[in-house]
Amino acid sequence: MTLEIIGISVLWLFLFLYVIVASIDFGAGFFNAYSSFVGKQHILTGVIQRYLSPVWEVTNVFFVFFFVGVIGFFPQTAFYYGTTLLVPASIALILLAIRGSYYAFATYGAKINHRGYIYMYGLSGLLLPAALSPVLAMSEGGFIQLDNGQPYLDYWALFSSPLMWSIVVLSLTAVLYISAVFLTWYSSKAGDAKATDLMRKYALVWAAPAMVTAAGIIYELRGHNPEHYTRILDLWWVFAVSFLLFAGTVYLIWKKRHYGWAFILLVGQFFTAFFAYGASHYPYLLYPYLTIYDSFTNEAMAIALIIAFIAGLFLLLPSLYLLFRLFLFDKDYVEGKSDYHA
Amino acid sequence: MEFQDPAFLSRILTLLTLSFHILYATIGVGVPLMIMIAQWVGIKKQDEHYILMARRWARGFVITVAVGVVTGTAIGLQLSLLWPNFMQLAGNVIALPLFMEVFAFFFEAIFLGIYLYTWDRFEDQRKHFLFLIPVALGAAASSVFITIVNAFMNQPQGFEILDGEMVNISPLLAMFSPAVPTKVAHVMATAFMTSAFVLASIAAVRLLRGSNHIYHKKALFLTMKLGLVFAIATALIGDFSGKYLAEYQPEKLAAAEWHFETEEEAGLILFGILDGEEAKYAIKIPYALSILAHSNPFTEVKGLNEFPEDERPPLWIHYLFDTMVMIGMWLAFFSFVYVVAVWRNWTFIRAKWFQWLLIAGGPLALIAIEAGWWFTEVGRQPWVLRGYMTVDQAATTSGQVDLMIILFAGLYLILGIGTAVVLTRMYKRNPVEIELAERENSKGGDKK
Repeated sequence: MTLEIIGISVLWLFLFLYVIVASIDFGAGFFNAYSSFVGKQHILTGVIQRYLSPVWEVTNVFFVFFFVGVIGFFPQTAFYYGTTLLVPASIALILLAIRGSYYAFATYGAKINHRGYIYMYGLSGLLLPAALSPVLAMSEGGFIQLDNGQPYLDYWALFSSPLMWSIVVLSLTAVLYISAVFLTWYSSKAGDAKATDLMRKYALVWAAPAMVTAAGIIYELRGHNPEHYTRILDLWWVFAVSFLLFAGTVYLIWKKRHYGWAFILLVGQFFTAFFAYGASHYPYLLYPYLTIYDSFTNEAMAIALIIAFIAGLFLLLPSLYLLFRLFLFDKDYVEGKSDYHA
Repeated sequence: MEFQDPAFLSRILTLLTLSFHILYATIGVGVPLMIMIAQWVGIKKQDEHYILMARRWARGFVITVAVGVVTGTAIGLQLSLLWPNFMQLAGNVIALPLFMEVFAFFFEAIFLGIYLYTWDRFEDQRKHFLFLIPVALGAAASSVFITIVNAFMNQPQGFEILDGEMVNISPLLAMFSPAVPTKVAHVMATAFMTSAFVLASIAAVRLLRGSNHIYHKKALFLTMKLGLVFAIATALIGDFSGKYLAEYQPEKLAAAEWHFETEEEAGLILFGILDGEEAKYAIKIPYALSILAHSNPFTEVKGLNEFPEDERPPLWIHYLFDTMVMIGMWLAFFSFVYVVAVWRNWTFIRAKWFQWLLIAGGPLALIAIEAGWWFTEVGRQPWVLRGYMTVDQAATTSGQVDLMIILFAGLYLILGIGTAVVLTRMYKRNPVEIELAERENSKGGDKK
């Protein structure tokens, strides 16, 4: 394994973790808003807030980890993506900032339960994946061009591209699906039958769209980036495994059994698909300008970063374990029997 | 013309983001230590007031942390969005501390969540206190790592340039640039000092508004004592910073001091207006600049004449320098007077005018923080990486920075107003008197 592969694998892993935890967060906001809209707010709010409150900040760190790590391992990405992402990334940042801080204002501070606020919060949970996911489309090439050696983003090409839109739609369906499955499990752990029932229904509703849109992207890639498409076909068996895991989740949820396993299978499904997609993208970070090899940092820095990463994990993993033990796996806390907020 | 220059606009947006973020970041670094001290005193003395103090500070602290986190995310990404060429170069040499900062931040975020949601969960109060230690350590460590990056920008090392290529890169050497000791110490000490004075201001406001509760008096005395300690530390470190500048970045010191010609027995200029190369209406303290630079009134201090004109920082940083130093000196002196007065039971500290001075302490400290960062950043101009890359070379070529400035200005406005509204509402709805009474009641209930 070369240093380049180690670097990109670590980053891809953290991006994957961000996709999962952020999806839970974004989707939870949407479901809360939606159930408030149809008059069922009291069913979900308690469960969702108990989960989100202690962890939202941690979610954010996965994102920061990813983009700081990219610059560290692949500094040249700053040149291509930094210049071209100014507008989309700024919009995502602003959404993220308002969403995060107003969540804190509402939960820790003023105890806002204003409807308008709940709707805005739910909406931002959908706008964010829509703002972040086009980067994946951009990496497929054809949208970032060079002009006098300076990269620029061709907005027209991007916004008129079916590939970009199918990625956006996938990000939305995936967010809702992941979130619904997780919250089904979390509510059932909380012993909240009503919330479990409702979330289970949402999970089943969003399962098929998530799968259809994922397949749609592979189809779109055939026309947009044939090279990537053939590499995906080479890895068909990994996607097949992913599909089986998906079927397992849906089956368990349908049968109202083992919600914990259903969620674990879901993580497995996204893990296999995400890594198969990543592997088929290899070695490009940006078609056709940037590969992980020509954008890689120097060896000294790469080794230093990897050592720092391993040392960091020794600090991080026990802390995360503690966090989960106290808030995800602690029966009294999850059931809302105890409130120890400052 | 300037308003279409992406480099100029990028500077404006970075200035905006950093100026906003630094207020929250400073509080984010300093307040955990204050909470820790209050909680520790409370546990040791078995004094309910100090424990409640820690708890109430912690509640407000989360609000500021939330904004600090999101604006920190903004500046983290903006570095690549606005200064892509700089990040491409710097990523090769100084990515290590940036990366480590994320881990420190991770650590802090995890334990902050735990700390906040486990009040009274444990029988032994000390167990809960333990969760605060990683919060304070994580916050301090993030500021250390980020300041290391800033130190590198001021005094880069750990690489060589050979035919336009970077060679002999040493990430560790890059992390320990000569600017690190004074800069890190200065950032930490001022964060603690500012947080102490901000908390003191809040207590003083409550006392002025008519509350006579002993809780606020305890809070005020504790924070003023801490403020004094860190103000003295800041002054000492500030002196070392002057010596660092004289040795490694003499042009910054010279511009700050309007010191045009290299000379011995250099005097220190305070305030004034510049007329050509002459400072008018200024206070001049003989020998002081030589003392600040080299601890010796007769030594030579380098002047701006030794630097090409296009490598000199703008001269208006003089006022930023003066603002920072004056506020720092005033706060050290003022907190000293207060602490002595409490000791000796002098009554003038209860007078209205003195209360107003107490209230002014927090805002003044925050102004000093802004002035200090503006001074160090503008004072590095025209460089982004001193001696290697100018800000013009580093900036994006994108034509949409102006629009982003408007968007982010709106964001910071919303966040600023939100913070102010939420914090005042939070404490107004739940004043300490009521909370103390409630705690008494619930305890009585338990005993029955």
